[in-house]
Amino acid sequence: MSESGLAHLVVAVLRRDVMASLRRGSEWSNPLVFFVMVCALFPLGIGPQPDRLAELAPGILWVVALLASLLATDSLFRGDFDDATLEQMLLSHQSLYPQVLAKTLAHWLMTGLPLSILSPVLGVLLQLPATGMLALMVSLLLGTTVLSFIGAIGAALTVGLRKGGLLLSLIVLPLYIPVLIFGSSAVKSAVAGGEYFPQLAMLGVFYLVAIALSPLAICGALRISVDQ
Amino acid sequence: MSMRRQAGVVLANTGLEVKQLYSDRDDRVLFADLCFQLRAGELVQIAGPNGSGKTSLLRILAGLSSRYAGEVLWQGKSLLKHRHEYLQELLYIGHGAGIKAVLSPLENLRWSCALRGLNNNDDQILSALAKVGLSGFEEQACHSLSAGQQRRVNLARLFCIPASLWILDEPFTAIDQRGVTEIERWLSEFVSEGGAVLLTTHHRLSFAQDFKVVTLGEVAHV
Repeated sequence: MSESGLAHLVVAVLRRDVMASLRRGSEWSNPLVFFVMVCALFPLGIGPQPDRLAELAPGILWVVALLASLLATDSLFRGDFDDATLEQMLLSHQSLYPQVLAKTLAHWLMTGLPLSILSPVLGVLLQLPATGMLALMVSLLLGTTVLSFIGAIGAALTVGLRKGGLLLSLIVLPLYIPVLIFGSSAVKSAVAGGEYFPQLAMLGVFYLVAIALSPLAICGALRISVDQ
Repeated sequence: MSMRRQAGVVLANTGLEVKQLYSDRDDRVLFADLCFQLRAGELVQIAGPNGSGKTSLLRILAGLSSRYAGEVLWQGKSLLKHRHEYLQELLYIGHGAGIKAVLSPLENLRWSCALRGLNNNDDQILSALAKVGLSGFEEQACHSLSAGQQRRVNLARLFCIPASLWILDEPFTAIDQRGVTEIERWLSEFVSEGGAVLLTTHHRLSFAQDFKVVTLGEVAHV
């Protein structure tokens, strides 16, 4: 496949998925609303003492972002499976890898990206010190991408099942844990005034590995799911 | 038709060949020892009652399903090993919607064409939509179209994606009577230009050329 052909394919898939997601609305707004609501509830539940909230804020923000991302994962291939457009992807003579890469990136653009951009506002709500804001945003930008790609593997494996919801969480959550550990640790270090670059570098490694390798697993999983 | 690639090459070859195909589902034999051939310039109708395995057969032949034993050959070569070349020649329209309801017909077909490596061919898409009787609906979201019109959007792929083999699962579903005649004419044109068509339908085909009928559901109890 020529390079321009590849670029066309990726752009076409990205554009179609972003457009479909924007028109439907719930796909991108649900995780975001979940993120905002749960983060807003924590100060009410824990109490308004700034010190305690500040101490818990990195963990809370990261866990809620992870759950919001998990919430959005199931819909990644579900719609395409139901309306049989997934068959068209599998029957294209062009490689499935760039299609899947573009689909997952589109999914991240509609879920992980808005969530990362909004996170400093919720950081303020949870009394997160200003020194942690940059680490929070960067770690979420990298981390939610990784979560999207890991989630896509689970979504592709379970898309053919009638009730894949719980199974999806069981497959995906253990793989989410390293991302959560390094992500929240980066923010904690930044708040404590320490070095947080090593954790971000580790997330960067996850990011690159996820983008390069997970589409292979997703392609295989989709083929199995459709083959029935 | 200029849309079809290498029509001459296809004519010289053997097309699709099914040898001793066997498939079952939930311990029920759908078909066994099924053999037939589909050459360029031919149409084969798969007939049989509901649940006799027509869709399963088409999915196997499209390369979507591997739940079978036996051999499927395209131009004399195994489908499993020459999938890439086969997919370049194949256009499969299943019984699913095949379109995203929130997008317009134009957007849907742009995406379908991009998957086949065809870019910036809006003119061709618009003329395909006109051919299936959807002029004026190009920019309207598909969910606001009727079921028959949505089916037509899916069928418009026949006219904007070049292929030499059409596999169609119930193409007449939700299509009005005049539309059925039209589709029969398209199939006839395609076949007379050297294309090969494999389709399932419960409708009685009125077709200018001769065509084969493969009936499923009879071997199931053997």
